[in-house]
Amino acid sequence: MSALTETPTVTRPSRRAKNTPAPKVAKESPLSRVGAMTVMLVFTLYFLIPIWWLFIAGTKSSAQFTSTNPLWFADFNLFANIGNLVAYRDGVFLKWMLNSALYAGAGALLATLFAGMAGYALAKYRFPGRELLFNIVLGGVLVPATALALPLFLIFSQVSLTNTFWAVFLPSLVSPFGVYLTRIFASASVPDELIEAARLDGAGEVRTFFTVSVKLMFPALVTVFLFQFVAIWNNFFLPLIMLRDETLFPVTLGLYAWNSQVNQIPELRGYVLIGALLSIIPLIILFLLLQRFWRNGLGAGSVK
Amino acid sequence: MRITKRAATVALLTAATVALTGCSAAGGGTTGGDDAAACEPAEGKVDLTFTSWIPGIEDVVDVWNEANPDIQVAVQTGPNGNGGTYANFFNQLEAGNAPDLGQIEYDALPNFRVQDGLVDLASCAGVLDAKADFVDWTWGQVSFNEDDAVYAIPQDSGPMAMFYRADLFEANGIAIPTTWAEYATAAEQVRATGAYITNFSQGDINQFAGLVWQAGGTWFGNDGDNWNVDLTGDESIMVADYWQDLIDRDLVSTVPAWTTEWDNAYNTGAAWTWNSAAWGANSIASGAPDTAGKWAVAESPQWEAGDEASGNWGGSSTAVFTGSEHPYEAAQFALWLNSSSESLTMLNEAANLYPAAKAGLELPVLKEGVEFYGNQPIYDVFAKASSEVSADFVWGPTMTQTYNDVSDGFKSAVSGKGTLAEALTTGQSATIDALKAQSIPVKE
Repeated sequence: MSALTETPTVTRPSRRAKNTPAPKVAKESPLSRVGAMTVMLVFTLYFLIPIWWLFIAGTKSSAQFTSTNPLWFADFNLFANIGNLVAYRDGVFLKWMLNSALYAGAGALLATLFAGMAGYALAKYRFPGRELLFNIVLGGVLVPATALALPLFLIFSQVSLTNTFWAVFLPSLVSPFGVYLTRIFASASVPDELIEAARLDGAGEVRTFFTVSVKLMFPALVTVFLFQFVAIWNNFFLPLIMLRDETLFPVTLGLYAWNSQVNQIPELRGYVLIGALLSIIPLIILFLLLQRFWRNGLGAGSVK
Repeated sequence: MRITKRAATVALLTAATVALTGCSAAGGGTTGGDDAAACEPAEGKVDLTFTSWIPGIEDVVDVWNEANPDIQVAVQTGPNGNGGTYANFFNQLEAGNAPDLGQIEYDALPNFRVQDGLVDLASCAGVLDAKADFVDWTWGQVSFNEDDAVYAIPQDSGPMAMFYRADLFEANGIAIPTTWAEYATAAEQVRATGAYITNFSQGDINQFAGLVWQAGGTWFGNDGDNWNVDLTGDESIMVADYWQDLIDRDLVSTVPAWTTEWDNAYNTGAAWTWNSAAWGANSIASGAPDTAGKWAVAESPQWEAGDEASGNWGGSSTAVFTGSEHPYEAAQFALWLNSSSESLTMLNEAANLYPAAKAGLELPVLKEGVEFYGNQPIYDVFAKASSEVSADFVWGPTMTQTYNDVSDGFKSAVSGKGTLAEALTTGQSATIDALKAQSIPVKE
């Protein structure tokens, strides 16, 4: 069985007898097409202009920042700015990027694994309390991460784990939405017959999961990975509450801390901008690389 | 059979959940006051934690650590107080893992005091004796004017003066104002040249409070039992009406402060003065680099000719949190940090802090001319201003809420709906409501 692929639908006009009028083929009117394109163009510009502005701002020195056209280059100082940023306070910015990559990368990987296993188990195994468990997990999707940050802080304080790497890493390993998505996908794309065949061949459940089912569930797993990566990367409130040591900050919290001191140290404004520019690059690369799985994953389960 | 099994599973799950909830709710944080040991020196090596957001604080702490092998301080930095660190302090006090020392600005101290978050350092040897080392009104800020108690050591202050574009005033033949009435006249003359005399900040309510402070008013008072809220006293209304008049006549710009637009206004000569604190010297230098050498500093305009009163904007202290196991050593470190000349010199050079210690005002580094200000020794002006700040100004226990409410009103006033005085009235009632909601006794 192959993973879901997009099957192109082809309509051929049927052969018609002479003297019968041609059947009307529904075609998009040019006006509607132009309208749709205009709307999409406007929104594309709306989303891209701030990124363009950020790029331009990152290439300017602080002296020229306020006095030149914000949407076009002045002197090109991008590499000098990056150099200054990386050198500031012994390269703490690079430490922050590494922290973010660890929290988000390793965290999303493990979260995907756990969510995938949980969703697969809920989809493929019958056990008492299955639906109850699933409903409880689904309830977890409704709770926003910010509401959980403070209770987590109090709990972690009791086990003296605040202000450590684990304070941010451990809470990032849970993804209720991931469980939901993988359950739907597993029940749609992993046929029971295949699992039974594997069992008959003597494979254990764990082996079946990793060698057979994971490959079938791959689009959903990548989708969960991307969701969780972005959620952890952008999760701001949890590190703010948990962490005190600057070397443990993710890049979002670090830039925010700098931004809050701009009044006292005005050169930080430039560093915040160039730092923000550099911090969106990993996300962009990740999305571009995993884009095809994302597209497939969104439609997961909608077509059998 | 099946039903029993399932019932058993559900019962087990429920029991487990209840047990876990019970576990996690156990033992809330320390309550204030009961476990603060009498302030005794400890035996052996002591490790302290200190949270501060001053840039370059690590270097200062390194100097202490080298000289004091028995008292080692680990400093941690992060966002500034209102950017989340104060909230973190409160959370950590609740959870029982607050640092030993923390940086707290003067206007946030009453909030911590009301929540029993601060250790009274008066019982620590040497602290009350240090009162004479600090400028009087700063000691009042950290002791809340109680005679035998002190809750933090003052670190820096923000005495206010007037930064102005000396070159533009001279080129246009406008006299430097010494009273607020002259300031208004000068505003008209400056406007005639096409620029604004200054920018009125909608969001810097503590700057506005500093102006009220200069006028002799105070927004809060505490007689030991009840808080007194008075945002609409005579002095506050006088200051509000003065600035409202300037806004109405389009004599001041109202660009949001601390933005690039605001920097640009100073950088291009669209605004000529800034009534600001000592630490503002660096803000102009970095935000308006094209105007280097053209600025100077003069005393704040006065309400009556010949008066000598100054306001204060900002300033922090170093406090010891409830629950600290070594308040004696913490107090020693705080005293050194805020009164030793080596520490104060480093803090001034790294972060432009203007010291609250009397000896700090005489530091060599503060006696030099500053190039950006035409080589004027600007800190002489601030030293004089610091001695003129009244000791009667008291901050309330919910300043964040007060600032927010008044700032909302200011924003409306600046866009033409309502006046600054009305904003103060709204802030007054909102503050009284907020205090009552937290069961803080307030006089009507």
